[in-house]
Amino acid sequence: MSSEVNGASGAAAGTVAGATGSVLRIRDLHVSVADTPILRGVNMQIRQGEVHALMGPNGSGKSTLAYALAGHPNYTITSGSIEIDGVEISAFEADARARLGLFLAFQYPVVIPGVKVADFLRHAVSNIRNPDRREGEGLIGMREFRKEIRDRMTELGMDHEFARRYLNDGFSGGEKKRMEILQLAMLQPRFAILDETDSGLDSDAVRVVSEGLAKLSGPQMGVLIITHHERLLEFNRPQFVHVMLGGRIVETGGADLAHELHARGYADIRARHPDAAPEPTHTTPAAAV
Amino acid sequence: MSTDTPVKSDVEIGAYKYGFHDSTDFYAFKSRKGLDAEIVSQISEMKREPAWMREFRLKSLEIFESRPMPSWGGDMSELLFDNIYYYMKAANEQGKSWDDVPEDIRRTYDRLGIPEAEKKYLAGVKAQYESEVVYGSLREDLANQGVIFTDTDSALQEHPELFREYFGTVIPPGDNKFAALNSAVWSGGSFIYVPKGVKIDFPLQAYFRINSQNMGQFERTLIIVDEGASVHYVEGCTAPTYSSDSLHSAVVEIIVKRGARCRYTTIQNWSNNVYNLVTKRAMAYGDSLMEWIDGNLGSKLTMKYPAIWLMEPGARGETLSIAFAGDGQHQDAGAKMVHCAPNTSSRIISKSISKNGGRSSYRGLVKVHKDAVNCRSNVVCDALILDPASRSDTYPYIEVEEQNVAIEHEASVSKIAEEQLFYLMSRGLTEAEASAMIVTGFIEPLVKELPMEYAVELNRLIELQMEGSVG
Ligand SMILES: Nc1ncnc2c1ncn2[C@@H]1O[C@H](COP(=O)(O)OP(=O)(O)O)[C@@H](O)[C@H]1O
Ligand SMILES: [Mg+2]
Repeated sequence: MSSEVNGASGAAAGTVAGATGSVLRIRDLHVSVADTPILRGVNMQIRQGEVHALMGPNGSGKSTLAYALAGHPNYTITSGSIEIDGVEISAFEADARARLGLFLAFQYPVVIPGVKVADFLRHAVSNIRNPDRREGEGLIGMREFRKEIRDRMTELGMDHEFARRYLNDGFSGGEKKRMEILQLAMLQPRFAILDETDSGLDSDAVRVVSEGLAKLSGPQMGVLIITHHERLLEFNRPQFVHVMLGGRIVETGGADLAHELHARGYADIRARHPDAAPEPTHTTPAAAV
Repeated sequence: MSTDTPVKSDVEIGAYKYGFHDSTDFYAFKSRKGLDAEIVSQISEMKREPAWMREFRLKSLEIFESRPMPSWGGDMSELLFDNIYYYMKAANEQGKSWDDVPEDIRRTYDRLGIPEAEKKYLAGVKAQYESEVVYGSLREDLANQGVIFTDTDSALQEHPELFREYFGTVIPPGDNKFAALNSAVWSGGSFIYVPKGVKIDFPLQAYFRINSQNMGQFERTLIIVDEGASVHYVEGCTAPTYSSDSLHSAVVEIIVKRGARCRYTTIQNWSNNVYNLVTKRAMAYGDSLMEWIDGNLGSKLTMKYPAIWLMEPGARGETLSIAFAGDGQHQDAGAKMVHCAPNTSSRIISKSISKNGGRSSYRGLVKVHKDAVNCRSNVVCDALILDPASRSDTYPYIEVEEQNVAIEHEASVSKIAEEQLFYLMSRGLTEAEASAMIVTGFIEPLVKELPMEYAVELNRLIELQMEGSVG
């Protein structure tokens, strides 16, 4: 895979010198939701082992990018490409992308009543670790799986009881986010996108999640952290910080860009990019905080 | 209370037809098609019934004929009453040969892992379930305690007084058009009497009593649970039930006396041509508990709203129902709770799944009569819609004549499962695995209330439905 950066836009990410391994490459990505264009040409390149942060005001399109990468059927890619190691994946279903090593920690994890965490995760782990597994073929061994999930739960400070609960059903906000990190730990993706995994959590929970991620990420994982807070980034120092405005990445910098944004907000950025999206004209859903 | 017909009457229609032969050769007696007084009299005569039952049937026929078709619920325009055989009596149990059963039905039975003997019964090959002898000793044990468990026709002959005291008291023929039809032509069904204080601690299964010659179409079930007694009755089977006729119209009447408990579990899976129109009602007296657990799969149209009339203080009623509507199917199901006395409580949990253009409707009534103070009722209905072509509706009716009551209604309806699907698929589950998992989880509250073997069969059946390979 060539490491050249698409010259079409100055917003594409650079690379860390010496980084090797897989590459997730997003080129001039345009995404619509219900025929409304949301992303308007996103470029980004993430290598295994790199940490990227994506920041930007509410409604700028961060979650849209996350969903489009993960393959949500309602997020239509109208042009551009998403490649993993040169393989175009934008026509792949979500499960195929997951088997290629993509993982999204949801901003709003979905409740699935009646489905036990352990049952679901054992299935998921079996498919991800054995991508050629056919339906009906054996799952990963029960004992092995049970030990592994317990160890991971211990590391994340989770009660083992969670394995027997229904997926996200009746979970507090913090418990849901921890469950996302548990899944990340079990599935060991090559590329992890974390969509505001730190929001809505108290500071203890933010610390657990941040430390958890720091332990899990490493040379084998490329990480895209979508966040408003600095905390997560303190534990997981990004090499690249991207700022999204109006469905485009308008600036990319180093970790200090995150500090600047926290200190001064988005006013300066907006001023520097007046035509990106001066103010969102639509109403941002209350949930998108 | 029987004169107080609720606003929307309980109606159930079921019809089943699955193109395999019903050649007259196999029947000792078969009425001609259609329905009139002569046929009704003939049925009564064939069964050697007492005069009062013949009169009851004839009167019911008049009611049936005088009532219009319900204008609500599902589409019954293709239901032709004149095209139905209302009574058949099999010549002998070897009526049909297993070889005559269509290949795809046999395959379905195999995939469900149905035992050989039962398969033959299900396919209509045998009128008598071979395993009956196995339960012989069990039945003796029950009989020693005074429990009566037999088919309804035998009960009329063998326990005439008990029978007459209760028959038609919970659901009189005038209740609705289909109850009237059943009252006119009923045949078969179960009769259970549990004496005072007798608690039967294992489920009584319909398998026990399959000794009547013609099963099914216009079944009439009557259960009397005397004071302080308890019983769990399990009816039906989770394998597709095939019949040569396309209307199933049963009536189930239950009386739960003071301090008694009754649970009635049904899992039905009709073939796709059946109109399944069933009237089920229980009267629950002081401090008693009545529970309906009702699973509806298959059929063309099911209209079924198990009802509980809470007659005296302290009575409790619960209905847990689940409907699965696939291609070309309409499940119009729900529950009715009628609070006639103070301090009564009810709970309705209704779950429906719609797939491949199927339609499911929840239709429920909670009624609180004047002076029935301190009643509580809780209604929860969840609909799972698996694709945009499918549909779900809710029709909750609440009629309260008393102020001092607590009624809660929660509906999470029309929730397309796509966010759940995407979530699971983003973890590497295929679409098929993900939807099977969502559906299994969705019905979990019902499944865990079922006896083990039914739970296993229901899960397997749902899996097959999900693959689209059944029905
Ligand atoms: N499912 C959706 N339906 C309609 N509009 C959507 C949907 N998802 C996102 N949008 C719109 O797209 C824009 C970007 O939203 P989002 O990606 O959630 O922003 P962010 O995550 O940066 O807050 C917003 O205007 C939002 O209202
Ligand atoms: Mg967002």
